[in-house]
Amino acid sequence: MSYLVIDRLTVRLRGGGPLLRAVSLQVAPGEVRGLVGESGAGKSMIGRAVLGILPQAAEVVSGRIMLDGVDLLALPPGERRRRVGATCALIPQDPLTALNPSRRIGPQITDRLVDIMGWDRARAEARARELLAEVQIPDPDRVMRCYPHELSGGMRQRILIASAFAAEPKLIVADEPTTALDVTVQKQILKLIKEMQVRHGTALLFVSHDLGVVSKVCQSLSVLYAGMVLEEASVADFFRAPKHPYAAALLAATPKYTDPTAGLIPVPEAVLVATRAEVAEADRRAEHG
Amino acid sequence: MLDGRGAVRRRAGVRLWLSAIWLGLLVLAALLAPWIAPKDPLAQDLFLGRLPPFWVAGHEPGYLLGTDSLGRDVLSRILYGARIALVVALVAGTVTCVLGAALGLMAGYLRGWVDVLISRFIDIWMAFPPVLFSILLIAVIGPGLGSIILAIVIIDWTRFARVVRAEAMAQGAMDYVASARVAGRGRIGIMLREILPNVLPTIVVLLTLEMGIAVIVEAILSFVNLSISTDDPTWGGMIAEGRASVHQAWWVLMFPLITLFLTVLSFSQLGEGLKDRFDPVLR
Amino acid sequence: MADLYEVAGLQLSLADMTRKPLLGAAPRLEILKGLNFTIPKGSVLGIVGGSGSGKSTVGRALVRLLEPSAGSVRFDGVDITHLDEAGLRPLRRRFQMIFQDPMSSLNPRHRVGTLIAEPLRLHGLDGIPTRVARALDHVGLPAGFTARYPHELSGGQRQRVGIARAIALEPDFILADEIVSGLDVSSQAQVLNLLEQLVRDLGLTLAFISHDLSVIRRLCARVMVLHQGVIVEDRVTADLFASPQAAYTRELLDAIPLPDPDQVWA
Repeated sequence: MSYLVIDRLTVRLRGGGPLLRAVSLQVAPGEVRGLVGESGAGKSMIGRAVLGILPQAAEVVSGRIMLDGVDLLALPPGERRRRVGATCALIPQDPLTALNPSRRIGPQITDRLVDIMGWDRARAEARARELLAEVQIPDPDRVMRCYPHELSGGMRQRILIASAFAAEPKLIVADEPTTALDVTVQKQILKLIKEMQVRHGTALLFVSHDLGVVSKVCQSLSVLYAGMVLEEASVADFFRAPKHPYAAALLAATPKYTDPTAGLIPVPEAVLVATRAEVAEADRRAEHG
Repeated sequence: MLDGRGAVRRRAGVRLWLSAIWLGLLVLAALLAPWIAPKDPLAQDLFLGRLPPFWVAGHEPGYLLGTDSLGRDVLSRILYGARIALVVALVAGTVTCVLGAALGLMAGYLRGWVDVLISRFIDIWMAFPPVLFSILLIAVIGPGLGSIILAIVIIDWTRFARVVRAEAMAQGAMDYVASARVAGRGRIGIMLREILPNVLPTIVVLLTLEMGIAVIVEAILSFVNLSISTDDPTWGGMIAEGRASVHQAWWVLMFPLITLFLTVLSFSQLGEGLKDRFDPVLR
Repeated sequence: MADLYEVAGLQLSLADMTRKPLLGAAPRLEILKGLNFTIPKGSVLGIVGGSGSGKSTVGRALVRLLEPSAGSVRFDGVDITHLDEAGLRPLRRRFQMIFQDPMSSLNPRHRVGTLIAEPLRLHGLDGIPTRVARALDHVGLPAGFTARYPHELSGGQRQRVGIARAIALEPDFILADEIVSGLDVSSQAQVLNLLEQLVRDLGLTLAFISHDLSVIRRLCARVMVLHQGVIVEDRVTADLFASPQAAYTRELLDAIPLPDPDQVWA
């Protein structure tokens, strides 16, 4: 039984074009699903729709988002916020802006536990210290008293990971969590996310533009183009033989330093034309019922 | 593609047009006052004092918005008052803007000792209490249109200088400036051709706000009797006179006040509207 | 092959304003700690390193957007280390730069045509419309693009405009600073192919700064690895990939996630 089921979710720009076109996908407990695509493909939009943090200009037109068997979109807003807050968390892209620069680290982690989970402060602080140790931060006591600018980008991303896992969520959305980091730091952070995910048995929706990263972290993936899911596969199957021509072209464009003759091949124009036609055809069918 | 941006832009368009129409009418009124004003704004007639506007019982034909306690026609005085208000707004606003923006641009882009000099000067300048400063100034050089304009420029140039400096500094750190240097452009060229166009929308908004402020400052100075000679009709002077008889003749106070309010509002809306419309970068 | 650039003992330090004491001068932050290298004419040099390695700073010292604090930078035999703007002006045409973020390196208020023509005008060249058209053609953009503003273009198209702007001056040297890091993989591949072709067709000397070794491998004959302001390795690309010498290079290579689930991360 899947923990998260997204069923024909369509999101539109208010008074404008579609951002997501009848997206369906499922994430089982403990599964890591990658969402890949180029910029503007709508991969971040899916995670945001689940967490209920779509941008002002976007609105859900139709579809269902079932979290543990409950349709989030059918709930009143307050009830939805509580449910999502208690069971989901986000690891954001930019560790520099995701922490409030004028508050110390400690309260930024414990707030969630105190406000949403209703813990008392002492218990929350103990838990925060435990988590910081778990994400391999040396001297958690000192770090909890630090301000964000006193820490490196990698450290801040560790803190955001600790904070995401703090309330033992069932589902975490990781939105390009390592894009802003150096490769060497990226490797450590990816390994950490993977370790934490396995240990806590959390389901993970992993948004990334980098197929290399996805191949390291995910078990399954959905390839998006223009807000439409073109291919859904297990990671093992996809990297052996991608089925959709656009998905295959995306893989061929991804650089591979071990093989200088492969990779870095632009998506062929013919594939783009065919893919756009496919999207237009889907739109037509959707319109005529 | 049709999306939400269009709607925002259309609304901005309505604001822009309404304010432009009001200001256009005001300019016409100021230019054509001698021909369109129904009465002589200075002509007194004590028998016709405190006549109400045309829809209130007891009005006289020909005095659309009534008369003040000395029997002067309110509408004609508002039309003539627009002359002084607009001259102050345009001249004081423009001079303040050019002076402040030029200094701010130099400080923000050239940095170094130029910035130190200008910034310290601004800091010291801003430590003077502005109202006291302008009253003192007028007391020293005497009242009159020129004094009002000078007072506004002297007090308000720092507003432009500070904002433009910050903006120029932010723009100066952008790669397009480095790119222009690589292309071989000199410092003055970069300042005028690269930075200035990018701070221009901010300057336009500040300029229109400043024009509104200038109108208010003129009105305040008139109110405390420090403006033009009391004979010339000014909105501030009318409001001051209307205040004395507000219980018997509310219209003497209300009409100039409404005109003043609409004018200041129009200036600020004009700035926002122009910015929305002519900024190619605004998403 | 003659050297276009000869760099000796290059040091660069900036004032560290975050640690400035209340009174007195701010301490200097050493960004580059004495670099020695050359760039032969017609070669493509890759400069790689993490954030804070000083790779962008080296680049900006080469095109003299920054002034070195010690050492020397010679361009085609001329010492440009401490030349002032006026002295640099005639040389500027010969070394150009393409920036990481085309959104911020193209003035948003100028049209593409102006953006490409401006540098030509500044250097007093003739036949500007022809040169602009030729530059656009070189980067594969239609001539009609001259009337567009940067924000009306896609990321890949903007980066092409950045390239057109640099090559329109027919420079000897181009510095490309992380120019594909903000692009999608497909646009990234297109821009790299374009650059490769331009280097070949126009006989350019290129320094290509990137954090991504797999991109460097595709384009550059030689790689220089920077770490904390020091060159830790400077070798022919194929050799570096075959047997990385410096520990940092190995760490860097090791950390690249290959699009291959069978790669095991230690």
